[in-house]
Amino acid sequence: MIALAAGGPVIPTFGGGGSSFTCERANRLFCSSWLSRNWGPVLWPALRQHIVLTLIAVTIGFVISTTLALIAYRRRWLERPVLIITSILYTIPSLALFELLEPVPGLGLSRTTAEVALVSYTLLIMFRNTLTGLREVPDEVRDAAAGMGMGPLRSLLRVELPLAVPAIIAGVRIATVTVISLATVASLIDNEGLGVPILTAISNEVFKTELIAAGALAVGLALTADGLLVIIQRLLTPWTRAA
Amino acid sequence: MHNFLDAFKFIGHNGQIRGEPRLPTLVHLTLETLKIAGIGIGLALVIAIPIGVWLGHIHRGSFVAINLGNIWRALPSLAVLAIGVAFLGIGLGNVELALIVLAVPPMITNAYVAIDGVDRDVVDAARGMGLTGWEILRQLELPLGIPLIFAGIRTAALFVVSTTTIAALTGYSGSLGDIINNETSYHLSGVLGAAICIAALALVVEFALAGVQRLLTPKGLKVSGREEVSALVPVVSELA
Repeated sequence: MIALAAGGPVIPTFGGGGSSFTCERANRLFCSSWLSRNWGPVLWPALRQHIVLTLIAVTIGFVISTTLALIAYRRRWLERPVLIITSILYTIPSLALFELLEPVPGLGLSRTTAEVALVSYTLLIMFRNTLTGLREVPDEVRDAAAGMGMGPLRSLLRVELPLAVPAIIAGVRIATVTVISLATVASLIDNEGLGVPILTAISNEVFKTELIAAGALAVGLALTADGLLVIIQRLLTPWTRAA
Repeated sequence: MHNFLDAFKFIGHNGQIRGEPRLPTLVHLTLETLKIAGIGIGLALVIAIPIGVWLGHIHRGSFVAINLGNIWRALPSLAVLAIGVAFLGIGLGNVELALIVLAVPPMITNAYVAIDGVDRDVVDAARGMGLTGWEILRQLELPLGIPLIFAGIRTAALFVVSTTTIAALTGYSGSLGDIINNETSYHLSGVLGAAICIAALALVVEFALAGVQRLLTPKGLKVSGREEVSALVPVVSELA
């Protein structure tokens, strides 16, 4: 289960190597020489895998939770069971969930296992935000849409969903940063993403440069994703800017 | 499926494996996990609640309080632990610091939103009746803010329990995460047993805090049995 350092040699062995590895051998706080040597072979691939993992999980989670929210919007009784199940999934600590999924037939140590767990953490957040956003559309607006001759489907697509966009995007924001955070732990299962260099550095005599570089990349990725989603929301809802 | 049966046997044997050297018992590791998490939550409470409540009471600093919460959500716990290890080395100090870093912001944000959002008319009425600022805080704003303040504490506690187990990956030994990090000694059944214990522990903490919240919430604010599952994520502050 612990698939450490399968990505190949990352640090020149402490103690060995020429004089160009002095900083690494001393394990100083941050060796920029290591960074420039390992950006291409180690950090960039990990970052790219992390982004792909996150995009897949958020997309699948968005489809599932939006579908559930739309059904629960029409059939109220569905809200409570969905909330209870997704809350329990959300409460289970990530390390435990990854391990519990691993022996399930057909999952194992794979990207699928990681994605199943990551998706399960997005459901509560996006389901609740989408449903709340739809419910908060004022009744008068709904009545006005009906009065203009819109059927339930057209009213949903043209009026109610657009008005719920800020709440929906707020959910996508939380879900995205949550997945970016948990995908570092998922490295235990699928051996990809920014968790790999972190775990490698720990098992490699706590190599500081790599810990700081990979950690900072994970934090930076989360902040960047959050910022991008704020911009997307502004673009999608020009009417909220007037206020 | 027999892996899961073995996992429950492992739990039944309190984490001991027949024919193997004595290992730390499951009860011991669970209590240790609770202790590490408890210290983190406790310290975070002492730091965050006074700040959040006070900022809310004087209606200042909304920008800081809200944005702190937004940035916090973006902090991956493994990354925070890893960066901490680079600076402080492996040890309880680093783990507790990471727990505090992760737990303080949601507590501040929610405490701020809770107190700041108390109906101004109610506060004005209380002031008109001659209550001082301190009395308004104690008798009015805090009781009315309990549900949201607790939403923040529960979110933080969930993160802290989860992060405590993740700390094992960064080399800190002494929590249930150790078992997951050491499949060679514990085998798959042990790892699964530990995962079940961790999941159960998180649910127990969540329900216990929900119970405390129920006890502290003033009678007038209790909505009959509908709110207990809905406070897990601070979505309210998100939509505000």
